[in-house]
Amino acid sequence: MSTVVRLDDAVVTAGRFPVLTGLTLTARAGECLVLEGPNGAGKTSALRLIGGLESLARGSGEVCGIDLRRGDRREIRRHCGWLGHEGSFYDDLTVRENLTFAARAGGFDLAGLATSVEAVGLSQRLDVRAALLSAGQRRRLGIAWLVMRRPSIWLLDEPIAALDTSARIFLQGILEDALAKGVCVILSAHDNTMELRAPVSRLTIVGGRIQMGESS
Amino acid sequence: MIRVARLVAVKDLRVEWRSRVILWQVLPFGVMTLLLMGFAEGPETTLSPSVAAGLFYVVVLFVSMLVIARSATIESSPGTANSISMLGLDPAGVFLGKATAVFLEVLLSALILLAGTTLLLHLPLALALHSLPSVVLVVMGLSLAGTLYGALTSGLTGSPTLLPLLVLPTMAPLLIAGERTISAIATHQTWSSWLGLLIVFDVGYTVAGILLYGVVEDS
Repeated sequence: MSTVVRLDDAVVTAGRFPVLTGLTLTARAGECLVLEGPNGAGKTSALRLIGGLESLARGSGEVCGIDLRRGDRREIRRHCGWLGHEGSFYDDLTVRENLTFAARAGGFDLAGLATSVEAVGLSQRLDVRAALLSAGQRRRLGIAWLVMRRPSIWLLDEPIAALDTSARIFLQGILEDALAKGVCVILSAHDNTMELRAPVSRLTIVGGRIQMGESS
Repeated sequence: MIRVARLVAVKDLRVEWRSRVILWQVLPFGVMTLLLMGFAEGPETTLSPSVAAGLFYVVVLFVSMLVIARSATIESSPGTANSISMLGLDPAGVFLGKATAVFLEVLLSALILLAGTTLLLHLPLALALHSLPSVVLVVMGLSLAGTLYGALTSGLTGSPTLLPLLVLPTMAPLLIAGERTISAIATHQTWSSWLGLLIVFDVGYTVAGILLYGVVEDS
């Protein structure tokens, strides 16, 4: 499996406050990397750095072969997709309009819209505004957005928060499918409640750096 | 760039149409402000066209501040902002798209307010019609400058109050040129130089927005 993300002693600051204090990790295609740790540990900052949303203050790193320090961060972002627990789309647009916007913005064929909606089970809710969807359905819409864009790295910020058991099992299935297709999934989680049938590495972040890690 | 601009403009207009915030909140605010100015003037007094034009543009400025602040907050939730950033859209296209949506929303409001100014502040109808080109150029300038500053303040602490503080000084030339154009038309003086100033302002902010929007977004 090829390495798609490499961070070496990465430091990220918010103002003068360091949120990542020397993070070192690697993630490979077809592998799920779980970042665990308490609130404020730096999990979301790590995801934002990998996604090209934060700049590197010190250290080095590469995402899909693009240098985090000197490379085009906009190009890095095109390789990544984001799913947050708070919703990753426009609440005032319908499911169809949200996905059409994402497809057109990325220059994708609209034919993929029906497939991705079918894959996440939102076919009956196509013309419902995102604001009116339940928490589980909103997460499904975020996943449909990812499925349609097919980025090579999925960055999931607390994806299982507020999901019931059936929704978690559904998300697990989608992630296993994506991993089998060679997607690199990096997710942050408070607790270890998802068992994926795929290569998984777990890293615990505390105070902006890795405290311990294991692979399975 | 044009493809992204069209996509973003249609999306912003659709979001606005769904929420109806401009229709039910912003526009009534503008009309009420004009109405209060009309009450303050009293039924016996007739304002000079210059004063009526000045008051009209002040109300348009208030309305545009609300529209710009709203446009800047469409992607304000962290999840949406991250997700949209990762689409890797051309920032120049995003700037032009957002500015176009703001322009159409403020222009519609300005036309209604101009009609209100003729009714409530007694601006002659013929003068209002003659001043339409300058109104369009002023609204265009407000939209372009406002969209750029809206991106700059978006996500900052106190952004709703910071935005007018930053934008108002930069918009002074627009308001002065807009008011002077109407005054010049009313007194049959030449007004092409004021229109020229408005065009220079609009072109300047279009170029600045295209070049700087990506930098401002990333910062």
